[in-house]
Order: sequence, then C-alpha cells, then structure tokens
Amino acid sequence: MSDQDDIFSTVAGWMAEGETVALATVVETWGSSPRPAGSQLAVTASGKLAGSVSGGCIEGAVAEVAQKTMASGAPQLLDFGISDERAWEVGLACGGKLKVFVEKLA
Amino acid sequence: MKAETFARLQAARAEGRPVALLTSLPDGAQLLFPDDTLPPALAEAAAAALAADAARNLSVEGQEWFIQPHNPPLRLIVVGAVHVAQALVPMAAGLGYAVTVVDPRRAFATEERFSGRVTLVDDWPDEAMARLAPDTRTAIVTLTHDPKLDDPALEVALRSPAFYIGALGSRKTHAKRLARLAEAGLTEAECARIAAPVGLAIGAVTAPEIALSVMAEVVAARRGAALAKRAPAPALEEK
Repeated sequence: MSDQDDIFSTVAGWMAEGETVALATVVETWGSSPRPAGSQLAVTASGKLAGSVSGGCIEGAVAEVAQKTMASGAPQLLDFGISDERAWEVGLACGGKLKVFVEKLA
Repeated sequence: MKAETFARLQAARAEGRPVALLTSLPDGAQLLFPDDTLPPALAEAAAAALAADAARNLSVEGQEWFIQPHNPPLRLIVVGAVHVAQALVPMAAGLGYAVTVVDPRRAFATEERFSGRVTLVDDWPDEAMARLAPDTRTAIVTLTHDPKLDDPALEVALRSPAFYIGALGSRKTHAKRLARLAEAGLTEAECARIAAPVGLAIGAVTAPEIALSVMAEVVAARRGAALAKRAPAPALEEK
C-alpha cells in the first residue's frame, strides 16, 4: 500500500533526525468512515503530520492526543462518533464512527 | 510501538516479505506474523488478513487484537516502453504499484525516457514474464501493438493468476490477436481474461488520458468494482 510506504518512510526519516514520533491508526470503523481500518497518521512532537485517519475532520483532535501520548508514553484508544460530544466539536460530518489507537514510537 | 518492532517491520517490507502487525488493545503490546510465535487463532487471522489485504479485529480469550497486513506493493508489468508507458509509469507508481517495463528494443527502454520509480527490463517478453512470475497481486498491460512482442507476453500472462491483463489495440486488432492466441493453444475462456481494447471507455485520446483509463480499469479490477466487468464484445463484421 503506497499510503503506508510513504508514511513509514517519512516516519523512519523523522526518527533518524531524532524526532519524537507518535502513530495513530484507525482500528475499527462503523458506517460511512472516509478512511478504512489500518489508515494511519504520524505526528511528531515538533508538530509535523503525515498521512490521515479521516477526511480531515479529526486529525486535529488526534494530533492533540498524540502530543500527550508522546509526553507520557501511554498509548490511547480513542472513540469518535456522532453520538460523541467530542465528535460534534471536531465535526465528524460524515456521520460515521471510528476507533483510533495512538501510540508512541519508542 | 517499540522502535525495535518498527525496525523489524521496515526490514520485512524492504525485503518485499508479507508480514502482519498484531496490536493488543488498548495496551499496545505488539507481535509480528509470521516472525513471532503466535497462538493458532491469531496466526490464522493474520494469514487471512494478508490474503484479503484488509485489516481485521479479533477477540481471543477476552483480549482484543487489531491485525494489520503489510503486503509488498502490487505490481504492474508493462510490455512496450512506448509513449503511453511513459505516462503510465508515474501514474501507477503514484497509485502504489511497483512498475516494471519490458521492451527488448534498446531505443525504447532507456533511463532517459523513464525517470524515477521503475524497473526497466530489455529481455524478450516471454523470458522476462516467466522470470517476473506474475502472481495474484500483479497487473499486466501490453502496449507494443507488435504481435512479436505482445503475444509471447500474453501467453505467459494468461497462464498466470494475474488479477488484470489488458492489451492495447482496436477491436479489430484484438480479434486477430485472439485468433493467433487460439492457434498457440489458449482456450477461449483463457483469452476472455484479456481486457481489450485496454482501459475504461472514457474516450481517452492522449497518452496520459489512455494511461488514466488503463489505471482506472486496473483499480476497478483490484477493488472488484462493477466497472471492471466487461460485457462480451459484439461480433465484428467480416471485411
């Protein structure tokens, strides 16, 4: 999958440069999610982004959690969905639901 | 993910070896298939995820697992380093395909004409195709218009499990091609696998437009879209 080739080589490059990196992965979807399970977003502590876990609706929220995960080292399993207050905030307009796993590369 | 797991994953991908990453949720413990020793249920699910090329979830004894397959890239073999091939190569590479262009004519398969992510092979198509051994993750497109080059490639392609086989040429050219392939011992059912004229009918005229129509049909075939299923071609009138 070219998506992953690009993201993984980007991540490898960041790590070689000494960046702290977190990886967010869509691990489950329901309804009309724009990106399938396995889609990934990589985030650095310095704020760089590569890839995607949605059509752009939740990347900001996921990146925020990724910063906390990089600071604490603790992985997070996030739920986004239409019934979720947070999803309203970040605007998951597609009406789908998804779970995103966020982990630090360490 | 541990840096060590990431490195193992990257090494397997660099070798072109299919591997699956298994992540236990929500704690994030990870295993690699087939490298690590796994309970049979997990190993079975990992193999299935690789075969389907789709991630899956599994619950084993109350523990949730996320299984992500990492297959080597899909392959596109292009026979004929012609103008359309020049447009096809970067487009296919952008879609994630590892592209090989086969053309024994030295003037065509040159580095100068093809820059970037492509492997150029100047062997005869039948030898090259036999060596490349198309599998279920391979698409093949013949573009030379020359039976001496296209036909031997198609003969190997049609006996392989490639998921897409397309041949450039008009319906009339294709009718003649089918007659030659029948003489070479290929059955009608085998030859029916050839998508010809190649590509979705979007009225493509220029080389990049033809490349777009070809890649659109390759993607449709790969994803099982209805567009990839062709109605049998109407019979051509004898002239």
